Amino acid sequence: MKENGLATALPVTILGGYLGAGKTTLLNHLLRSPHGKRLAILVNEFGNIGIDADLIHRQEDDVINLAGGCVCCSFGSDLMRALLQLRNRMPRLDHVLIETSGVSLPAGVASSIGLVEQLSLNAVVVVADAMAVQQQAADRYVGSTVISQLQQADLLVLNKMDTLDGKTKPALYEWGRRYWGNAQIVETTQCRLPFELVFDVPISAPLAPHDCGRQDNPDLLRAKTANGQFSSKSFVLPAAIDLQALSNALALHAGLIVRAKGVLQDADGKLQLLQFSGGRCSITPWQGKKFSFGRLVCIGPSSIWDELLVQDIVHRSLLTQSCLPIS
Amino acid sequence: MATIIYPAKRIITMNPNRPDVECVAVREGKILGAGSLEELALWGEHRIDTRFQGKVLLPGFVEGHCHISQGALWRFVYVGNQQRTDPDGRIWAGFQTMEDILAHLRAAAESMPDHEAPIVGWGFDPASLKGPRCTRQILDSVSERRSVVLLHASLHVMSVNSYGLEISGYLREGIHHPGIPIGPDGVPSGELRGPDAMWPLAELTGLTDIMLGADEEGTRAFGKLCVHAGVTTAADLANPLSDDVVEMLLRITDVADFPLRIVSMQRLNGHTPDKIVASALRLKALSRDRLRLGAVKVVVDGSVQGLTSRVSWPGHFNGAPNGLWYIAPEQLQSILSLSLRSGVRVHIHTNGDEATDLALDCMQAALSESPAFDHRYTIQHAQMSMPAQFLRMRALGLCVNLFVNHVYYWGDIHYEKTLGPERAERMNACASAIDAGVPFAIHSDAPVTPLAPLFTAWCAVNRLTTSGRILGKAQRISVKQALHAITLGASYTLGLDHEIGSIEAGKRADFAVLDDDPLSCPPEALKDIGIWGVVQDGRIFQAVRSETDPNSCSTRH
Repeated sequence: MKENGLATALPVTILGGYLGAGKTTLLNHLLRSPHGKRLAILVNEFGNIGIDADLIHRQEDDVINLAGGCVCCSFGSDLMRALLQLRNRMPRLDHVLIETSGVSLPAGVASSIGLVEQLSLNAVVVVADAMAVQQQAADRYVGSTVISQLQQADLLVLNKMDTLDGKTKPALYEWGRRYWGNAQIVETTQCRLPFELVFDVPISAPLAPHDCGRQDNPDLLRAKTANGQFSSKSFVLPAAIDLQALSNALALHAGLIVRAKGVLQDADGKLQLLQFSGGRCSITPWQGKKFSFGRLVCIGPSSIWDELLVQDIVHRSLLTQSCLPIS
Repeated sequence: MATIIYPAKRIITMNPNRPDVECVAVREGKILGAGSLEELALWGEHRIDTRFQGKVLLPGFVEGHCHISQGALWRFVYVGNQQRTDPDGRIWAGFQTMEDILAHLRAAAESMPDHEAPIVGWGFDPASLKGPRCTRQILDSVSERRSVVLLHASLHVMSVNSYGLEISGYLREGIHHPGIPIGPDGVPSGELRGPDAMWPLAELTGLTDIMLGADEEGTRAFGKLCVHAGVTTAADLANPLSDDVVEMLLRITDVADFPLRIVSMQRLNGHTPDKIVASALRLKALSRDRLRLGAVKVVVDGSVQGLTSRVSWPGHFNGAPNGLWYIAPEQLQSILSLSLRSGVRVHIHTNGDEATDLALDCMQAALSESPAFDHRYTIQHAQMSMPAQFLRMRALGLCVNLFVNHVYYWGDIHYEKTLGPERAERMNACASAIDAGVPFAIHSDAPVTPLAPLFTAWCAVNRLTTSGRILGKAQRISVKQALHAITLGASYTLGLDHEIGSIEAGKRADFAVLDDDPLSCPPEALKDIGIWGVVQDGRIFQAVRSETDPNSCSTRH
């Protein structure tokens, strides 16, 4: 977390999408991912909370304690109260995930997040059932709600892609393009996606009104891939790195690596935050706690993923040649 | 227990076998008989109590949809446009100008012992006031060092001063929220719309639903308000009914002089259908005569005046986007199906006609899964319903509770803006409900509109708007039909018509005691009939009528 003297705003990610799309599956997947964050999960769904039993440590009143210092609670009709209580109760939270009800419009929740100075909106993630979404969008009652949900996504998770075939998949894109605009799209089965996509989705700043048509936004990345799956590679880097060389290399391979993020030691021994997306790289002084090792994660489309090449790009930028790649 | 016979000027029983009688005999809190003195004397030893001989008795009115939070609101300053009576019987005139409201708030602020406490008004209706729109700067003239908060009549909006915005964290640039309009200086102008925007100040001032509904003093005050209105049974739709609230309600309604039967329904929020049904069955077992628990409320859409109800094609007259769903069809159907199977009664809130269609579709599917006789599920509000929908309600065994006070309070706005003339005229179509044979009630949704069944009946009979327009002449019903709706009609929707709703042998001795006869007064005078008080379970409660005190009450006209 940032500790740069300004009040640290707690990032909030909103998880929307119609009933049965896979929101709870995504929650469980994220809880099992090695993100190292203390998450608070707020749910407002009529169904059972749906967190896998083995992730639950214990339940106290309305709060469920989860593995890794995470918590989950239900907010009923009073999201604001739940959010602020959480903030007071858990000063060491890293991130909040709000699972909205199947008929909620996530943009409404997003605009309320903006009212609280201690909170900052990370992204609206919308999950859609790839097979069912067109039918849901044509429903007499909830159709317009489902379409609004698609329109409000920063990151759209097209889930259950295994149910589509070579014919139905292009048809889905043909149909959906007019609704999801420039949202970043990730295709999944069982909502398995790199957690970095959820926690590090950049959103247009300041908060763009979500209720009107989306504006083209160069920061929002549209990952065009053959099968929509992403691969990622993580590095632990004990040595200093030539950040300019790395930036150039990443930009050169912008199709292969669509996103990278890391805290790295520069030639002067200072820690720098590197963020790469949309073909552009930003490097800013790291304000957080000191790491003895640099860390970097690179994400790219599985269809053209070349792990050796990615490794090579990073290795070439090292100022001394030793590193410990982890996957 | 002794038998008391009450002769009255007229007793309108709502019992078709004996619509009009002279006397009613009461024993053990119940009606021993309704008839002539000679007939009733045949029951044996009795005492004759003549206190009502100049009065007209009706069955105690049944308010089929309100909120007990109305009682707690009276601890704040009333700043509404219409005359209203407080729990102590004081009549507060409405305000016509912002200047009057500001002066009144200043006086109220001075009289408060705590000079730092927020100054809170309720019932505010800026659309009805002459002059410029209320802004934070205008409210700053009441105080710049404490919060000034005016809750609008709709309960979904508040106007606040700069101090209030500041402590909410809103007095800054960069606020982008659909519920917070921005002033020319780039800072919020002072209006906060919707629960999220209102949240910090609602919490600070105690204006949240949960806080108001759990208020012990407010619940007592609510009982007093019902006495003024002739109400002996009121349905509270709805309440989270946490253990604390249930304990409080059981305790308060059990006090010997609590004058009211409360039917409190549980609000469905963030729970699974099986948990809701289990909770309803548990609560049902806790019921006593004056506290009936075990029914559930489900909300399908928002409100018409808030443009959040789900409206079928052609949508809103002013082009506003369609409203919001609060529940998915699959969820509604599974809740209805499980509840039908478990014998738990559900009241379904819909406002827009599209939401009513969805409720009907889900009900039909749920009944196919879980057939049930005489379930008495009720669609609450169903404001835009048309004959085809009423006929389906009838076919599915549904009741309807129409929000006919809307015709008066928002009819003009619906005519001009939200729905347009044709659909505004068919709103809260009591005549269509009768034609289709749907059992129906009419309600106030207090505190959204005042708790006063006679006024609600007046709305159904006259269909006048605030501007004096007759809105939907064809939907006007007779006084007798309207009186039926606020007695037997509402009792039926609550499954209590075997106990209350008419004056006949065996039912509870619940009476509304009126100064005049609603069946012989001009229909347009229905709302002005004085209410002496009530008899509830044979206990007599006279409404306190305090003279308007110019020092404590508004005297403006």
